[in-house]
Amino acid sequence: MKIGVIDYGMGNLYSVEQALLRLGCEVSITADPNVLDQMDGYVLPGVGAFPDAMNRLRDSGMDLYIKQIEKNNKPLLGICLGMQLLYEDSMENGWTEGLGILTGHIQKFEEQDAQQNRIRIPHMGWNPLSFTHQPAWLQDLDKEDSTHVYFVHSYLAQKTLQKEVVASSTYAGQFVPGLVQKGSITGMQFHPEKSGPFGKYLLAKWVEQVNERSGQK
Amino acid sequence: MLTKRIIPCLDVKEGRVVKGVQFVSLRDAGDPVELAKFYDEQGADELVFLDISASHEGKETMIDVVRQTAVELAIPFTVGGGIRTLDDMKNMLRAGADKVSVNTSAIDRPELIAEGAAYFGSQCIVVAIDAKWSEEDGTWMVYTHGGRRVTKWTAVKWAQEATRLGAGEILLTSMNKDGEKSGFDLELTKAVREAVNVPVIASGGAGNAQHFYDVFNEVDVDAALAASIFHYKETSVKEVKSVLREKGVSVR
Repeated sequence: MKIGVIDYGMGNLYSVEQALLRLGCEVSITADPNVLDQMDGYVLPGVGAFPDAMNRLRDSGMDLYIKQIEKNNKPLLGICLGMQLLYEDSMENGWTEGLGILTGHIQKFEEQDAQQNRIRIPHMGWNPLSFTHQPAWLQDLDKEDSTHVYFVHSYLAQKTLQKEVVASSTYAGQFVPGLVQKGSITGMQFHPEKSGPFGKYLLAKWVEQVNERSGQK
Repeated sequence: MLTKRIIPCLDVKEGRVVKGVQFVSLRDAGDPVELAKFYDEQGADELVFLDISASHEGKETMIDVVRQTAVELAIPFTVGGGIRTLDDMKNMLRAGADKVSVNTSAIDRPELIAEGAAYFGSQCIVVAIDAKWSEEDGTWMVYTHGGRRVTKWTAVKWAQEATRLGAGEILLTSMNKDGEKSGFDLELTKAVREAVNVPVIASGGAGNAQHFYDVFNEVDVDAALAASIFHYKETSVKEVKSVLREKGVSVR
């Protein structure tokens, strides 16, 4: 099965690539539409700042390509900043319009909690996910299992739709959408490739589902 | 709720782990990649590699170690030691490290922190601080060059300055406590914890599982790091976590 990692010059793609290879995927890291057209599923990675990432997506025409992926109902997984880009806009370093596939806005963590305590930013480390939905591709999820995943971020999705948030975490009293989904488009705010056994499980399940979809065609 | 992190640290010289360890289960206890996998399976939340190679070849070897580790490991890891330029940072992060840690080079040229943070984001930049109590100054002073040279910075001021420049995390080692196995330096850790708004990793002095509890309970640091007690199997990551869990500290 072929996974296209969308390369727009941001971040460390090596770990994501290795994780996909471990799961037996063929991986192409590219921004070439002709190569991407041959893929069964897509990963939108990203580490860095939202405005830079959006500019690079636009410059490479990948913004339109990603919207096409959604229209064609093909699977795409956005990771960390890659998930945030799927939302309407972001306030990171000023206002920037996003891809607008998911409903919600990217904003910075509040710097104080309800008791006026200073919040440590970034939200960095292992936090358990609570699942509010169980999508078809996670049918065998055992909610008794440890659901800890590794987060590193200073901005988060807010004013999201309940139906688009599959699982969330809580940090300093704030609701942190962790795993989000709309149709064939999935987003993970955490790093599944760095999230130990549970991260591996989520990634394996996502890949499995891509495989099933591609087999159905 | 965010859990407290337990971080084993591996000293690597010319591509080999020093302070070598006798893990029966390992084919090669000096192989950093093997040890990294071992700690991953034990439930370590993160790893730190400290490259203490002196030679140029040793540094090249370290990049290979990082690349192989990134293939095998499913938890984040930091690489420190000998990172002096933005290019050094790029080399390590592109090879698959999640964070780089800078110490002497950041004191020599604090802009390095800002450059790294602007290029990769603060979350990739760890500033390691070696601090020692000074009777004369009545506070903890920062040392560089592996603890051989004192600087003009107090630990608190340097932690604040490093954070202002864009450090995303502080790795704080107590030189007074390092190797003593009598517990973490709670006062030093508390002083720095209260001075900055980024995660702080306590280091130096861990002798048993209880010491981890003490530092989390009394100082509320985000993570605690140890080397020799894990390598010499005086305790294990698993044991530390089970003690913490019993005492109500949230761990993975």
